[in-house]
Amino acid sequence: MKRFNIKIWQLLLTIALLAIWIYSYIANTDITNSVVASGMRFGMPLALAAMVGIMCERSGVINIGIEGTMLLSGFTGFYIASWSKNIVVGLLVAILTGVLTSFVHAMMTIQWKMDQIIAGTIINILASGLTSFLYKEGSTIPNSWPIFDIPLLGRLPFIGHAFFTQQGPIQYLGLLLIPAIWVMMYKTRWGLRTRAVGENPGSADTAGVSVIKVRMINVMIGGAIGGLVGGFICLELVGSFSKEFTAGSGFTALALMIFGRWNPMGAFAAAILFGLAQALSTQLQIFGVTNIPNQFITMLPYVFTIVVLAVSAGKVRPPAAAGRSYEKEQA
Amino acid sequence: MKFKISRDALVPVASVLAALAIGAILIAAQGHSPLEVYKVLIVKGFQSTAGLQATLSKAGILIMSGLAITFGLRAGLFNIGAQGQVLSGALAFTYIGYRVHGLPIWIHLPFALLVGALFGALVGGFAGYLKATRGVHEVISTIMLNSIMAAVVDYLTQNQFRLKSQPNTRTPDILHSARLPHIFGFPTGFIVAVILAVVVGWIFRKSTVGFELDTVGKNRNAAWYAGISVKKSIVLGMLISGAIAGFTGGMFSAETTGYFVPAFYSGIGFDGITIALLGRANPIAIIPGAIFIGGMRSAQSAIQFQAGVSPDIINLLLALVLFFATAPLIAKMIKSNAKSITTTSGWGS
Repeated sequence: MKRFNIKIWQLLLTIALLAIWIYSYIANTDITNSVVASGMRFGMPLALAAMVGIMCERSGVINIGIEGTMLLSGFTGFYIASWSKNIVVGLLVAILTGVLTSFVHAMMTIQWKMDQIIAGTIINILASGLTSFLYKEGSTIPNSWPIFDIPLLGRLPFIGHAFFTQQGPIQYLGLLLIPAIWVMMYKTRWGLRTRAVGENPGSADTAGVSVIKVRMINVMIGGAIGGLVGGFICLELVGSFSKEFTAGSGFTALALMIFGRWNPMGAFAAAILFGLAQALSTQLQIFGVTNIPNQFITMLPYVFTIVVLAVSAGKVRPPAAAGRSYEKEQA
Repeated sequence: MKFKISRDALVPVASVLAALAIGAILIAAQGHSPLEVYKVLIVKGFQSTAGLQATLSKAGILIMSGLAITFGLRAGLFNIGAQGQVLSGALAFTYIGYRVHGLPIWIHLPFALLVGALFGALVGGFAGYLKATRGVHEVISTIMLNSIMAAVVDYLTQNQFRLKSQPNTRTPDILHSARLPHIFGFPTGFIVAVILAVVVGWIFRKSTVGFELDTVGKNRNAAWYAGISVKKSIVLGMLISGAIAGFTGGMFSAETTGYFVPAFYSGIGFDGITIALLGRANPIAIIPGAIFIGGMRSAQSAIQFQAGVSPDIINLLLALVLFFATAPLIAKMIKSNAKSITTTSGWGS
């Protein structure tokens, strides 16, 4: 499996985690199932947000603005759903908002060749300014997305309960979407072009691939996913919009993307691990096993993010052209 | 990096006008009168003596936090975590300010400010160290450190540093020997900030360290080729940027707040980003932007009371200003050829 490029420590870690899982599953099935399921719920939005980063960066555009994309689309999705009393419309508007936000980002980075880090930061600041000014208390949506079990898969032993029961539709959609992005990235012509543009735009251009077009489209697909995450959080997981609900998760997603080496499946695995750690620490706190002050519990995801990066960032190689705008060479 | 007055200076001005125009539409859409809001802004921020005093005092703080970001930007580092460094500097300053008794003001105040700067430098320098040795991009690490510092500071204010006799969470009062005196009612912090701006300008124009940092910021490979230690520059750049931010937190406590409540400091670090980018990372050119934003911030609460509009309008207006000033929309329209600002793009360490 050269494509996955699994290292020995990763293999050992996986085996160790599986062993712990099996042990606790036998010892206490219910609690184990609920911890794993809640880890999935914590991890899925992060995994999907990491896909936004992968779509952009594989084509050579760094997207620091994931945070702002999610914030804006969660906002519009929630308020449109509340106003139209229809969560389907809300979700569609959220996705559309994501596309529009990323269009602005794409214009700044690809067409105007702005510094990509600054462009993303501006998206974040704009999103935070807009949503906090337009925020109104007291709006509600008619209903969240229904929670249901997937018929056959849900009854699978061991993994069935944790992955395929008691979740909403977008959570399940994520389980399909992430492998789909992997297939797109590694098995299709578009994916090949995307990676070529992200690694060596000059050669891709010579081979007749439009660098600008491939980048624009990828960034906007990323935006659509970002919009989906915003809608996912506000319409399915939480069921309401609160100011700054993203709370840095867009940046955590970037860290997970780096940890997963810009590979959709790798980032997914990293996000689920991250979600499990968070679920476990919440669980320990609830059951009073540990008595750590509240502030230190809220701090955990941020500390994890830094640790994750400190362990991985120096060792992985980002797409070679990520962060550089493309200038066509003059003949 | 000369800031040419003429077309280049028009860009920020035009950006402000564009932002006010869009802001007006959004205010009107909420059923308020935009003219009313902007009148309050001007009257409260810039007209009365008291308003001007508050504006300049706030502007001084914002010049300093803008300088913190500027210092990083010049070295190619985007320290968007000034907020966390401001908080840690402010709490450290406050602790020395109320805890250490019996010192004369000319020792107590500088000492406390130094400790504040030191704690800011620790937080910033840690991010620099992570970047230099582990390849962790400073944008992610400093954003995470913002949230971490917010939690740490919150914990300390609620426990160890709390004034127990008060029902609300706050620290004891800073002693008079660590408070910044006003000179004839003029905010001293503003003067200190201008001096600091000149010093930072001097560092980049005349000193060897500044030259090295500037070279690393402009072209890392060239700097490496010239024998400048890039890693050292990254750590040093973040260290000093953090120190300025920590100093900012201390100054704000010494001049304005008098004790520590985390919410007092919200936005200082983020406004610094707007100010630094508006002034295109030129230490002197950031001053007018800081005065403008200082005015908006000091009129912020009046907007809510007098015009009935959410004070978040200021955040929105500033975000729009930043968007117009950095995206080359307006610059193209008025044919300014000011170079856009760049950080060390890419994830590479």
